[in-house]
Amino acid sequence: MQRTYQYEVFPFRPSPEQRTGQVMRHPVIVVGAGPVGLTAANDLVRQGIPVVLLDEDDKVSLGSRAICFAKRSLEIFDRLGCVEPMRRKGITWNVGRVFFRDQEVYRFNLLPEEGHAHPAFINLQQYYLEEYLIQPLRDHPLADLRWRNRLVGLEPGEDHVHLTVETPEGVYETEAEWLIAADGARSTTRKLLGLDYEGRLFQEKFLITDVVMKTADFPTERWFWFDPPFNPGYSALLHRQADNVWRIDMQLGRHADVELEQRPERVLPRIRAMLGEDIDFELEWISIYSFHSRRMERFLHGRVLFVGDAAHIVSPFGARGANSGIQDVDNLIWKLKLVMEGKAGPELLESFNFERTRAAAENAFHTETSTEFISPDTPGQLALRNAVLELAREHEFARPLINSGRLSTATVVPDSPLNTPDRDPFTGGPIPGGPATDAPLTRAGEPTFLLKQLGYTFNGILFVERPEEIPEAMLADLQELAAQEVPIRTRIVAAQPPAQAELQGIPLFHDVAGLARERYAAQPGAFYLTRPDQVVCARWQRFQRNLVEQARDRAACLVR
Amino acid sequence: MPETTLQTEPRLQEPDLFYKSLAQLHAGLTPEESLLVNSKLLLVLANHIGDHQVLLQAIDLVKSNVSTD
Ligand SMILES: Cc1cc2nc3c(=O)[nH]c(=O)nc-3n(C[C@H](O)[C@H](O)[C@H](O)COP(=O)(O)OP(=O)(O)OC[C@H]3O[C@@H](n4cnc5c(N)ncnc54)[C@H](O)[C@@H]3O)c2cc1C
Repeated sequence: MQRTYQYEVFPFRPSPEQRTGQVMRHPVIVVGAGPVGLTAANDLVRQGIPVVLLDEDDKVSLGSRAICFAKRSLEIFDRLGCVEPMRRKGITWNVGRVFFRDQEVYRFNLLPEEGHAHPAFINLQQYYLEEYLIQPLRDHPLADLRWRNRLVGLEPGEDHVHLTVETPEGVYETEAEWLIAADGARSTTRKLLGLDYEGRLFQEKFLITDVVMKTADFPTERWFWFDPPFNPGYSALLHRQADNVWRIDMQLGRHADVELEQRPERVLPRIRAMLGEDIDFELEWISIYSFHSRRMERFLHGRVLFVGDAAHIVSPFGARGANSGIQDVDNLIWKLKLVMEGKAGPELLESFNFERTRAAAENAFHTETSTEFISPDTPGQLALRNAVLELAREHEFARPLINSGRLSTATVVPDSPLNTPDRDPFTGGPIPGGPATDAPLTRAGEPTFLLKQLGYTFNGILFVERPEEIPEAMLADLQELAAQEVPIRTRIVAAQPPAQAELQGIPLFHDVAGLARERYAAQPGAFYLTRPDQVVCARWQRFQRNLVEQARDRAACLVR
Repeated sequence: MPETTLQTEPRLQEPDLFYKSLAQLHAGLTPEESLLVNSKLLLVLANHIGDHQVLLQAIDLVKSNVSTD
């Protein structure tokens, strides 16, 4: 049925282990080339770490799965240099409409706040996203992509993991110092280690239909229905994707006949009733899903690190699946690198576990509350839900209670052991444990964005009125910090347009719109310290070298 | 008394009139309609109160006030 996308078949090639008959020990093996494993592989090679990527399949994700990719994911892909094709192909929408029965409850306009490199999210089919993540790895000297390589055996060791891999040309053995398990909800790695995946299955079934819209000018809006006439008692969602494909999500209830409901003669009348008789479309994809909400207790097990659906799975309301997995990777790779280099202690990886289990709990909370709103369990809960919807039409106060999914945003971990708590007063700005905020800047007249200037190392953001006011001693400190073993590279953000592009090797930017200092609540002289994943770990209203070094040492769990 | 405490002493200015209006709201309604009306009233009042701590205390109060049958 699927016509808009051509699946490339990635060729199986015998691995060096198979060619030589030798067991090799790789620094890092990633199992699973879904969006999360592919993000991990991109981050690793970008940071100069060779990666072996195993996947049992030889194509990108089949059919219709994830479509919404959030701002934080786009910022991560930007850092990894693969965001351009996603932005080109992806759809941005602003207007959302909510319907209850046969009436519109309200509409909202998500006009993006000015001065960010990326919108709140884009809609893009998962297979495109994976294709764009595979592209940079294809001929990368550090990336070894092994298609039709299935992990079937695992033996954890003290300082490595021993793997058994099955291929069309037989089984081979290999080893990794670190194993990143990105092998999805049914994770083989998890099963081979006998680890739990606690949570529950939601009984609700959802019919996913993708259609290619033939009628021109169908509005690019997100429509969500509660209890619509064409699907009484349940919900429905309509969302646009790339290639003029529209995703229709219909709740079918708990007792739906899965086989029957997928038949086109059953699906078509539903969709005609939904879109209107005069809308012309073609079926592109039909499938039925139910959802789990589960997670592992720990994501770190010796030399095995769990990320993405392998570690946690949520219902899709709010698009928190792939988006949170991508953030897992963003959090992990710089830590793994410092540990592999012997610079950081094992507590740094423990902080990955701390921060990302925290994020998983937050995502579970949001998706479960959305699920309760969309699919109430008892007559009392249904009445509450319907009361919200009926009130909301006339009364604005009820609108924040409407929950058709809370869109994925970056998790803030205020109590992370990596944070240095504020000593100086701040009236706003990203707090330690939260991601740095974007803002438009210029450098030598060229427009750029703050987040594009951060990443891969610790960074300092120094806010000044004009760069000439920076004392010589401070410049010397900043230069020395940039040359240390775990460097801190500072970017100077000046309120007044600087005359040059750098000052003694330190990049100089102009806060053209004044948004950087506003969003960081920064007085002249303020200094933010960010981790390689762009998370703020400390900040001061005045730069003091010893405090900055202490905060960096703490955030990197530096070995002394 | 801090503002974030649920007031549980009698405070209604016109208890009988209030109760009567409340009862009238339900007159002639099916159980289902009553449930909806109650829910709406609850939401209006909750929004008026606004204070998250007070609302949680109210929920706890109701939780521990188990019916005796
Ligand atoms: C209907 C639907 C809508 C969704 N919408 C969204 C959305 O809008 N936004 C969002 O962020 N998320 C969404 N999700 C969730 C999203 O699809 C998943 O969270 C995401 O695919 C997880 O990525 P992953 O890389 O962790 O796992 P997967 O995508 O499951 O990838 C796992 C990979 O591991 C491989 N593998 C498995 N076992 C082995 C083995 N033994 N050996 C080797 N390889 C193996 C598989 O072949 C696969 O390629 C949606 C999901 C569904 C079902």
